[in-house]
Amino acid sequence: MNSIIKYLKGISQGLNTLWSGMKVTGYYFFNARKEIITVQYPDNKDTLKIPERFRGRVIMVHDQNNEHACNGCTMCEMACPNGSIKVITDKVLDPNTGKSVRIIDQHVYYFSMCTLCNLCVQACPSDALAMDGSYENAVFNREELTFVLNLPGSKIRDNVKD
Amino acid sequence: MNAIYDFSILTAWIHQWLSGLMEPTAVMITEMVIIGTILILFVAAMGLVLVLAERKVAAFFQLRLGPNRVGPWGILQTLADFLKLLTKELITTKSADKFLYNLAPFIVMITPFLALGVIPFAPGLQIMDLNIGVFFITAVSSMGVLGILIGGWASNNKYSLIGGMRSAAMVVSYELSVTLAIMTMVILTGTLSMSEIVNSQADGWWIIKGHIPALIAFIIYLIASTAETNRGPFDLAEAESELTAGFHTEYGGIKFAFFFLSEFVNMLIVSSIATVIFFGGWMPFHLPFEWATGFNHIMDFIPGIVWGFGKVTFIIFLMMWFRWTFPRLRIDQILNLEWKYLLPMNLINFLLMSLIALTGFYL
Amino acid sequence: MQAELISKEGTQEYFVNMGPQHPSTHGVLRLLLTLDGEIIRKVEPHIGYVHRSIEKMAEFDTYKQIVHLTDRLDYLSAHMNNEAVALLVENALQIEVSDRVKVIRTIMNELTRLGSHQLWWGVIGMDMGAITTFLYAFRDRELINDIMEETTGARLTMNYNTPGGLMFDLHHNFQKQVKDYLKFFKTKLPEYDQLLSGNVIFTERTKGVGKLSLADAISYGVTGPSGRASGFSCDVRKTQPYSAYDRVKFNEILMVEGDSFARYQSRVNEMWESISIIEQLIDNIPEGPIMAPMKAVVKLPKGEFYQRVETARGEFGVYVVSDGNKTPYRVKFRSPGFSNLSVLDHISRGHKIADLVAIMSTLDLVIPDIDR
Ligand code: SF4
Ligand code: SF4
Repeated sequence: MNSIIKYLKGISQGLNTLWSGMKVTGYYFFNARKEIITVQYPDNKDTLKIPERFRGRVIMVHDQNNEHACNGCTMCEMACPNGSIKVITDKVLDPNTGKSVRIIDQHVYYFSMCTLCNLCVQACPSDALAMDGSYENAVFNREELTFVLNLPGSKIRDNVKD
Repeated sequence: MNAIYDFSILTAWIHQWLSGLMEPTAVMITEMVIIGTILILFVAAMGLVLVLAERKVAAFFQLRLGPNRVGPWGILQTLADFLKLLTKELITTKSADKFLYNLAPFIVMITPFLALGVIPFAPGLQIMDLNIGVFFITAVSSMGVLGILIGGWASNNKYSLIGGMRSAAMVVSYELSVTLAIMTMVILTGTLSMSEIVNSQADGWWIIKGHIPALIAFIIYLIASTAETNRGPFDLAEAESELTAGFHTEYGGIKFAFFFLSEFVNMLIVSSIATVIFFGGWMPFHLPFEWATGFNHIMDFIPGIVWGFGKVTFIIFLMMWFRWTFPRLRIDQILNLEWKYLLPMNLINFLLMSLIALTGFYL
Repeated sequence: MQAELISKEGTQEYFVNMGPQHPSTHGVLRLLLTLDGEIIRKVEPHIGYVHRSIEKMAEFDTYKQIVHLTDRLDYLSAHMNNEAVALLVENALQIEVSDRVKVIRTIMNELTRLGSHQLWWGVIGMDMGAITTFLYAFRDRELINDIMEETTGARLTMNYNTPGGLMFDLHHNFQKQVKDYLKFFKTKLPEYDQLLSGNVIFTERTKGVGKLSLADAISYGVTGPSGRASGFSCDVRKTQPYSAYDRVKFNEILMVEGDSFARYQSRVNEMWESISIIEQLIDNIPEGPIMAPMKAVVKLPKGEFYQRVETARGEFGVYVVSDGNKTPYRVKFRSPGFSNLSVLDHISRGHKIADLVAIMSTLDLVIPDIDR
């Protein structure tokens, strides 16, 4: 007799646990309207909020005069663990002092090798680099992932310390 | 009954019209062709609708939106998927048993067609009113597993083979429970004809009139038929996380679509059977009391086809609810559940129901 | 060969390749199964499909740079892995980081652990066939990722610790968001129990499956929640407290059964502990610098160094041999996943294929952690 009671008890307990699971999913089904969490991604692009620290891609900050703060010290190149930065420098004569100064020719950035570790941004002594919040960075051709970070025609800001 | 919603008027009219045009044999052949076409279209349409419904229901259970890109609210999504499957190249693996490999999807598809023939969806909307309808359905519904077994074996893939064997072991045992649960109700109805079973519930559904044994029989039927259709939590024939895709691992394109579709149409069939046997088919909801005549009268105004499909939808929803809530059972647990729990309970339930039928205790 | 394969009962054993591409190996792990019908006779893990030779790479990187490589081991415990390297350098150079750094690191650790366990919970449900749990778990984990993203700037490979401190200070929203999140998640965690822990199908499938004895857990080096489910008291947070773990009260979840369900239960209980740890710390994060003064070029003294931390999967250790240069001479990572995988064959013999999936899920394997 005892075993029969145990058998029936087992069945009812089992059904009970199943029902408690169904209650949870059932609640979400019938309240789907307010509980749905997925977003319609390409449609909500305008309202997407990307945090300001989001690490999407390394950029060089340019101001409105198309001037940046990079003096070509190559600290970022040394800090990068993956060799994804190559700073090509050049020497020009400063018209005021007559001394030759170092400027950057091209700040080459291989996005394909970058792990977005933020070390280069931290290493830069003049805060010339930053991370932007871009997130749709896929391209069809690997070459398109190589960027020159200093914009064409840009030059170094005046008050950058060497 | 209210004759306005009776489909037999329409069918009788078509029959008369055709009889006026040609001789009896030709009439029969024409009618068969018409019914066959309608059946194929119905199965295809139902398949599409059910797949969409499953995806939407699953999405709502999972806090998602589900398909929403093709057409308004994504209602054309399954159609698009279907077209994609149609245009895919048919691949037969090199070491497969070609004949059986290609045969299996068709065997799987035959079952639903056969079973659909005897199910009354609405007054007069029944292809053939066999006097052994219930018997016929239980007989043909076990044919589907043959296709799964053949498909699993002929693919010459170990995953498929395991899936096929699991399915066979499972369906063979659950067949018992399904049949016994139906038999329990047949004691009450006293007939095997589907339409007569429906008519016997004009004053109330058997699940209400048959007291607790009917309820137990319904629960057993629901569990066992979920298992028979290979749906979660009993979907271990295609257990995705164990056997990748189980018996249809090697199938692609339209052949895969057949397997896929048959699962959904089978679901439709088992829920139609449950509707007919437990919930009075297309019969409106009636209370078997004197004072309820007014209520019963209002219920009569809802067409039988709405009642029929409404109940089917409800049971299908229940099955989806199970699938999207429960983890999958293991093969030995599934067999344990059948032989240690469902079968003994079923037999006792059978006795109880006989007692009720003998004493005339049902309403 | 053929004769050997035929066992006593006259059945023939056969091989099945589970993976490298298989839904339940969660990555490119290949298991060579020897099966007798449905019963597993032998499991041979074949690893190395995602080997990236991170240990060798680390020999050419400075200590600051090594940190970001550890993100890519067990990517679900990225923060804890980072901390291991950071702690190693700090201890070797005897740099004292501020209390603020310690507390923030601890909070971040526990948030990461929560996220990792949530993902694991969703995945175990999916492996068992209850796909819905996966989405529920992701809903909860997504919010943690959002909090992380705001402060650290990344969702998965955070690289937030550096030797000597932290990369950024906390975002000003951080405290409020974490508190809101904990309030939200406390209402959701009981649902986890309703959906899986209590579910009769789930308990039937996990109880008594893949039993791991205490002796075996110790000899195979199974650590983390998996080891503690067998009664192996191996929580580094307790035995060798680092960061702020010595100032919070929490229980080390110990079980005795050692089966899959115990491993499951120990993780779910650990989530409650994580919540309580964060709650103890979140309201009183001390002020202080986030970076201790460090030389520009970090050079470890000559010698060998070892640092271990408790990740979501177990004990993670970094072993560094330094020859005094700015790059290490040799680096070895002791990853919990590798040891936990080694026990798979031992505990899954004689079980069914479906059990293997359950055992694998409860061991909570992350393949990049194993292959490195
Ligand atoms: S983010 Fe890291 S990997 Fe990328 S360029 Fe900067 S230092 Fe190199
Ligand atoms: S970006 Fe910064 S670190 Fe890199 S070269 Fe320019 S100034 Fe130096």
